[in-house]
Amino acid sequence: MPIESDSLVKIRDLCFSRGERVIFDGVDIDIPRGKVTAIMGPSGTGKTTLLKLIGGQLAPDRGTIEVDGLNVHALNRRELYQLRMRMGMLFQSGALLTDLNVFENVAYPLREHTSLSESMLRKLVLLKLEAVGLRGARDLMPAELSGGMARRVALARAMALDPMMVMYDEPFTGQDPISMGVLVKLIRQLNDAARITSILVSHDVEETCAIADLVYVISGGRVIEFGPPRQLQQSGSEWTRQFMHGLPDGPVPFHYPAPALEQDLFGAAA
Amino acid sequence: MKTNKTVEILVGLFVAAALLALFFLAMKVSNLGALDTSETYRVTARFDNIGSLKEKAPVKMAGVEVGRVSHIGFDQARYQAVVELAIYKKFDQIPDDTFAKILTAGLLGEQYVGLEPGGSDTYLKEGGEIDVTQSAMVLEEVIGQFIFEKAGERKK
Amino acid sequence: MTGWLARLGAGWIRAVRHLGRALLLLLRILEGIDELIRRPRLLVEQLFSVGVLTVLIIAVSGLFVGMVLSLQGYHILSQFKADSALGVMVAASLLRELGPVVTALLFSGRAGSALTAEIGLMKATEQLSGLEMMAVDPVRRVLTPRFMAGFLAMPLLAALFSALGVIGGWFVGVGLLGVDDGTWWVQMQARIDWHQDLLNGIIKSLVFGWVCTWIAVFQGYNCLPTSAGVSGATTRTVVHSSLAVLGLDFVLTALMIK
Repeated sequence: MPIESDSLVKIRDLCFSRGERVIFDGVDIDIPRGKVTAIMGPSGTGKTTLLKLIGGQLAPDRGTIEVDGLNVHALNRRELYQLRMRMGMLFQSGALLTDLNVFENVAYPLREHTSLSESMLRKLVLLKLEAVGLRGARDLMPAELSGGMARRVALARAMALDPMMVMYDEPFTGQDPISMGVLVKLIRQLNDAARITSILVSHDVEETCAIADLVYVISGGRVIEFGPPRQLQQSGSEWTRQFMHGLPDGPVPFHYPAPALEQDLFGAAA
Repeated sequence: MKTNKTVEILVGLFVAAALLALFFLAMKVSNLGALDTSETYRVTARFDNIGSLKEKAPVKMAGVEVGRVSHIGFDQARYQAVVELAIYKKFDQIPDDTFAKILTAGLLGEQYVGLEPGGSDTYLKEGGEIDVTQSAMVLEEVIGQFIFEKAGERKK
Repeated sequence: MTGWLARLGAGWIRAVRHLGRALLLLLRILEGIDELIRRPRLLVEQLFSVGVLTVLIIAVSGLFVGMVLSLQGYHILSQFKADSALGVMVAASLLRELGPVVTALLFSGRAGSALTAEIGLMKATEQLSGLEMMAVDPVRRVLTPRFMAGFLAMPLLAALFSALGVIGGWFVGVGLLGVDDGTWWVQMQARIDWHQDLLNGIIKSLVFGWVCTWIAVFQGYNCLPTSAGVSGATTRTVVHSSLAVLGLDFVLTALMIK
């Protein structure tokens, strides 16, 4: 059982199912403070669901999730919203508000939760945009941004309230190599400069291993293995090796379960 | 995207236009505008039978609307209908021996109070009473009377 | 046989569950009104997209419905030499029935479907989740202003529809067919009762506004966050709203007629 002395997020015996499908079946995860922790696994293992559970958008069937000593699902709505102000989340699509321009999108959480003067607000927003390199794009609408730029704006927005942790949902999916490189650099930089805790959900092995301090591999509703990325790459587990090196066949079969080919092709005639 | 100011102006225009439409419907289309009681004086008239006369029915003189029926009551002592008429103040020269009868607009139309002027030199005032009245024509009674007369003729 | 019964039962359970979920959502929407009082700007913005953008279709439809009513009514009424009652007929049908009902049907097609699509797309593109993670309640911020704007806009739109209908009817009846102008208005004022006709019509459109917007925001908020989910929800908004309006219209009319 993973025990860390100083962990920001503690997940114990997490069970969650959607309808008939069991997504988590007794998961324990510890996210250490100030580090980049990656949660990896094949598509459909509920990595995004895990982030939603941590953010309190979904409630588990069993088990507890503690963030900074608070049990997320025992909080009332007010307390939960207080906690969320200290969390940032970067959605896969960016989730920018489409009817506001870049500047207003980043300013949105500040306008909602603080009563800063307009000039103070402007300075803060421009600083946040500068950090992601998009100060010049402040007047563009979300529809005019490329996918990578939208994610950077969303990152600036997630950082607007100086959160203690940021959750990244598949930040590298569908990015060209350049913007992928920019995002990898940004995530590491923001984590170290602002001393925040980063939780990264991804199935892009190479990029994730480049920045993560700690990697959890989950599959079939359980944690398969965890540890620093280098350790996992030399893992003895066949499954982990298949995933980390992207081998087409192994414990995860290439073929979807089916009757033997001969029987399928010629069985009907026989 | 529209600027904030334009949005506000357009929403303001929308609400104003809709309220104007509501005002138009209330005052010009429905009878709310015609119920202004400050510009009227009340007189009463007693009828033996008012037929299907209703409140707010017009009061007409020579075909021109001069007022409205404001209230219909019943006198238990004399078993008569007491009809209160609200006459517009600008028609202040209606003789006090005016004759009131209940008429029907068209064959199937609504009933109204028709006034026929008398020859008196004094005029109706607030609280005055019209003494001479003629009841509504009730179709069944008229037909009944007609059949009765025919039957009488045949007996002779 | 049992399979058929089981399916029927499951359908009923699903419908009841839907209704319960919609009711709970409505309660949460109404809970957010205090925020709307503090920030009326949110309401103004939504009145623009729900109200102002719907005015054109409402105005044009009202005008033409009034003109057609007048034309049709004249040919029937003049056979009985009762064309003096044309104004009454036009105004009564507009105020009592056509104003509230046709406005509600057009509203659900124009504004209701747009509301569902907008909210559904915000859900599909994770904007609602994004708001939640920014500690902003999407029900209060997104649904409450839209719901209240629809509820308030409906009677205003219905009033515009009826008023323009009367004017359209007047244009055809008096202007083209030669009904006497004085008779038109005097007969109308004598027979149209502000309580029985006008007020009841307004009550109807308030109820329709409530129900149509409720259906629209619920379908948007509850849809599957995919493009098929959003388009299905948009269709359901129009179908459910239209059926609800016609059904409720019968019930309300039965209650109102004494």
